[in-house]
Amino acid sequence: MSTTAPIGEDKIVAKVTSKHVPIYVMGKRYDVPDSLTIMKAMEYAGYKFIRGCGCRGGICGACGTVYKKPDDYKIHVGLACQTVVQEGMHLTQIPFYPATRTVFDYEQTPAVAEAVFKAYPELFRCVACNACTKICPMDVPVMDYVAAIKRGDFEKATELSFDCIQCGLCASRCMAEMAQYHIAQMVRRIYGGKIKPKATHLAVMVDNVKAGKFKDGLEQLKKADVATLKQLYMSKDAREIEPNMSEDEWVPTNNAYL
Amino acid sequence: MKVSYYPGCTLKTKARNLEDTAIGALAVLGVELVELPRWNCCGAVTSLAQDDLLHMLAPVRDLIRAKEQGSDKLVTICSMCYNTLARANLLMRNDAEKRDALNRFMDEEPDYAGEVEVIHLLNFIRDEVGWDKLRAAVRRPLTGLRVAPYYGCTLVRPAEVAIEPAVDATVFEKFIEALGAQLVHNPGAFDCCGSYQILSHPKQALAASAELLGKAKNKGADVLALSCPLCDYNLGKRQNELVADHGLESKLPTIYFTQLLAVALGLDSSLCHFELNHEGTRSLLEERNLISTVAV
Repeated sequence: MSTTAPIGEDKIVAKVTSKHVPIYVMGKRYDVPDSLTIMKAMEYAGYKFIRGCGCRGGICGACGTVYKKPDDYKIHVGLACQTVVQEGMHLTQIPFYPATRTVFDYEQTPAVAEAVFKAYPELFRCVACNACTKICPMDVPVMDYVAAIKRGDFEKATELSFDCIQCGLCASRCMAEMAQYHIAQMVRRIYGGKIKPKATHLAVMVDNVKAGKFKDGLEQLKKADVATLKQLYMSKDAREIEPNMSEDEWVPTNNAYL
Repeated sequence: MKVSYYPGCTLKTKARNLEDTAIGALAVLGVELVELPRWNCCGAVTSLAQDDLLHMLAPVRDLIRAKEQGSDKLVTICSMCYNTLARANLLMRNDAEKRDALNRFMDEEPDYAGEVEVIHLLNFIRDEVGWDKLRAAVRRPLTGLRVAPYYGCTLVRPAEVAIEPAVDATVFEKFIEALGAQLVHNPGAFDCCGSYQILSHPKQALAASAELLGKAKNKGADVLALSCPLCDYNLGKRQNELVADHGLESKLPTIYFTQLLAVALGLDSSLCHFELNHEGTRSLLEERNLISTVAV
């Protein structure tokens, strides 16, 4: 069977060649093609997103969705734009959950654990229930980074929280009523800006830029016509392109512009 | 010898002097304290409410981390962490109903039934190192230093987790003697320092601290040895206040037992982080030529 699924006026969201399965959006049943993501399935069903939808690429954190499956007590979670529908699932999007974010003066804030404790005293209400980690659609070990922050280990907390997309689902589940992701962001900012050693090669490059190393090349590009730009961009002779699966050590043979 | 080790949050921040000296000194004794790769706060205080299982989650998770590593022993140093972990462990061993509820709640973790043994470092040294070996390892005997042991509450109460039965306990005393120090019998060894009451009832807590320090001082102690960062906060860090306003007649420096150990084993005194102790601690050890004077 092949159908075309329209939405709104005349937009085509999916060419469907698969079977339909029932899903329940906020309790209401819709039969949707089983190959769609939750987001596309909801659009197929008639929902129109003006919030709770951003990049559609699994990065922006706007479309956090919780669902249950038949005969399973577990709460499951996924980004609506990335998660394919399953037969019989009950779902709702939680695109936003109220969360305390303490405003702090970055310049005046010392890089010590006490500064974070002062901004977010609710950290110490954590009882290690682990609901945060279980709900995280990015598999961030939220409880573990909260534990690291509590013992002042900014480096560990930065490393453990790095994949966070700020969807806020952890905060929705927290019985200590904290917003873990805002706390982690404060920690990452302090760690990145005030604790982690500065990259020396970056400073060298900034100096090079300031000294005008790339000025002539940029001027040439600015004056170039579209055809020349296309040729420079597309042609393999004009530009070395990094291979798809290159090693970390890959460098172009011609580094005149680096 | 390697043994799984649970540090606790305070030892990573305010009580580095407790952790660094323990790790350094145990290495000299041939023991590697292997920190759990994943751990969370122990919960800091065991829940006293019978039906409050939620506050058992944190310590039980730490015990599961040790079991996951294949360890049957978990060493810890802070008295409060010891108490919290040991009591949670007993609950998991002895209370089938609560064990079942906790295991069901933590369905993302392997089941746990108290398989790991929680050991305080003093007992670990007693059992796994031994007093003879400890005595033989001493490079700088603490000769003439009059040390009073202070157990406080959490090493000995409640009885079922006591490192040795209170009143009859001798492990701290034997430890002090093995380091070549002069043991001072401390009649306040099992008194409470005031604990967290320092927040809600500061006056009473400060009075309790002053009284117990006075007891050891009257017996001629030069220094009070302890193993708990909260006790050290009440007895050491707030001591100037005790002398000024709470009837403590003169100062009595406080020191972690692991710092005494590190000094006696001849480790570099920079490891001891005396800057985290009451200011009297370093100067006492300098006066007795137990550590070299550091130019400030």
